[in-house]
Amino acid sequence: MQAFTTHKGIVAPLDRSNVDTDAIIPKQYLKSVKRTGFGPTAFDDWRYLDPGEPGMDHSQRRKNPDFVLNREPFDQATILLARENFGCGSSREHAVWALTDFGFRAVIAPSFADIFFNNSFKNGLLPIALKEEEVDSIFKAVAAHPGMQLEIDLPNQVVKAPDGAEYSFEIDSFRKHCLIEGLDDIALTLEHADKIKSYETAQMAKTPWLFNDMRGNVGG
Amino acid sequence: MAGKTLYEKLFNAHVVHEQEDGTALLYIDRHLVHEVTSPQAFEGLRLAGRKPWRTGAMLAVPDHNVPTTNRAGGISDPVSREQVSTLDRNCQEFGIQEFPMADLRQGIVHIIGPEEGFTLPGATVVCGDSHTSTHGAIGALAFGIGTSEVEHVMATQTLLQKRAKTLQVRVEGDLGPGVTAKDVVLAIIGKIGTAGGTGYAIEFAGSAIESLSIEGRMSVCNMSIEAGARAGMVAVDEKTIEYFRDKPFAPTGEMFEQAAEYWRTLRSDPDAEFDKVVTLDGTKIEPQVSWGTSPEMVGPVNGRVPDPSAESDPVKAEGMRNALKYMGLEAKTPITDIRIDKVFIGSCTNARIEDLRAAAAAIKGGHVADNVTLAMVVPGSGLVREQAEKEGLDKVFLEAGFEWREPGCSMCLAMNADRLEPGERCASTSNRNFEGRQGQGGRTHLVSPAMAAAAAIAGHFVDVRQA
Repeated sequence: MQAFTTHKGIVAPLDRSNVDTDAIIPKQYLKSVKRTGFGPTAFDDWRYLDPGEPGMDHSQRRKNPDFVLNREPFDQATILLARENFGCGSSREHAVWALTDFGFRAVIAPSFADIFFNNSFKNGLLPIALKEEEVDSIFKAVAAHPGMQLEIDLPNQVVKAPDGAEYSFEIDSFRKHCLIEGLDDIALTLEHADKIKSYETAQMAKTPWLFNDMRGNVGG
Repeated sequence: MAGKTLYEKLFNAHVVHEQEDGTALLYIDRHLVHEVTSPQAFEGLRLAGRKPWRTGAMLAVPDHNVPTTNRAGGISDPVSREQVSTLDRNCQEFGIQEFPMADLRQGIVHIIGPEEGFTLPGATVVCGDSHTSTHGAIGALAFGIGTSEVEHVMATQTLLQKRAKTLQVRVEGDLGPGVTAKDVVLAIIGKIGTAGGTGYAIEFAGSAIESLSIEGRMSVCNMSIEAGARAGMVAVDEKTIEYFRDKPFAPTGEMFEQAAEYWRTLRSDPDAEFDKVVTLDGTKIEPQVSWGTSPEMVGPVNGRVPDPSAESDPVKAEGMRNALKYMGLEAKTPITDIRIDKVFIGSCTNARIEDLRAAAAAIKGGHVADNVTLAMVVPGSGLVREQAEKEGLDKVFLEAGFEWREPGCSMCLAMNADRLEPGERCASTSNRNFEGRQGQGGRTHLVSPAMAAAAAIAGHFVDVRQA
């Protein structure tokens, strides 16, 4: 996983609440069996005026000039700013892959849906929840200064604006550690393999019906 | 000390290891797998040279991409076909039980889990799919995960989790005639909003929930995620236990009785404390119809499309304006004046046998209206389809002008060939009315199976109690 320590980049204002993962990456692109290549179709229905299908050359499609990510300098943005309940709906991690493939390293919003929030950390995308009025003031600052850059300092848990404003944010200490070090969850968990095995042995006595497969009755 | 909630009991019973900061390694008993969110996880295993920890805890099924017509002809879209055959290949390579497309037991992953007794009370259940919350209806801790977590569960049989807060949603009183589990959950979402359950695990309780069948409770728990909660659940009662007698993967004989004894403990203690409690009066819930592009944009069938100018919160008002524009609706229009083009009866929310019975009963000898170009019924599984045909429901639908299809996710999310065209309006028993969900430019109204069938006959929304 790509590590995250500090990042400075252009902020794109997506002034909507309840941005769902169907909007971030529409279903037809979920047919891919890869983790990459979702960037050109991020926000497909809002970004293009013609319908998109997998396998198309998306650079040849008609772009919606009103959509923020089609406008300079936001097409170079690496930080996405949105309203409450960002990433709601489907669990598709493709939504996170689409954002990172587009070039985003962080999303700032007043709140996030739980599954999207979780998925972000697994891919080095930092979801930052700020207070509603703080998000609002960043929206206003970006409107006044399009192309404004924010600086995100994960070790110190703070977002710095060019006008000197600083916004501190909360993050779970374990997640922060994993992001900064770029750690692979699975390798960490497998360090506890013995504990998992002893749990299984104990549970086989308590709830044997959940372990029938291990006695050769059902399952694999 | 206060008693424990059902959620706490289920969580505590599965903790393998807990870090000082409260991050727990949670053991996963049942892992459901489908073709859309698994290929990258299998690939991750291969790249790291890992094997699944416990293949017997896994059951795979293709559901999102499968065609609902002419199964024998295979999948015509080559990209969909590749995704389904990738699942077949991965299951073969890693030795995972799969119900492939041609298997009678194939169906929507959340329908077949309980139907097979593969998901059981007291189990932790995950799937790379947000509607995994469905299985909470049987007293399981069930929630959706992303693909990285799918790979984590495959490789370790565990997940890193922090405890959620607990929310009890109590629905008290008798539901009126024609008011179904779907109306109950839509009313709940209308009340608490799509982020009302974010950060919480919901326990649905109260006499109205207790009165629901297990299948009805599944419809309620299914849409927990539309209220923002990853997990929703209902306490085990005798209905739950009876449901699992004679299910293929459920324990049998003496072990069933042993299991049932444990399952009866799976309810919140009377003195358990929840972080939040929300109460609804079940007697006041009416049949619901969503009017916007978020499941919280919903109201009673006898109401009107709301007026954004009456909304005091400017962000909300803007959201409503966007929604009405997308939906092609005028504020203050009576819901029953909204005419529809298509009807979809199906999905993991509403494609079980009781749903199909309710839809068939609402037809009452009528015929699909002329302005409705397609009304389709997509059973949740091959076994649901078989049962419906035994009861003659297929004939009721076909004679009324509905199409009777093969099982799958179908037009709930339109990954297969079933979809809305731009501007088309659909009465749908599915769970999401997001922009483009059922096809780019398509307009979705979420309703119960009976309401969808009644709308198909009338050509517009009607109160099923008066239809």
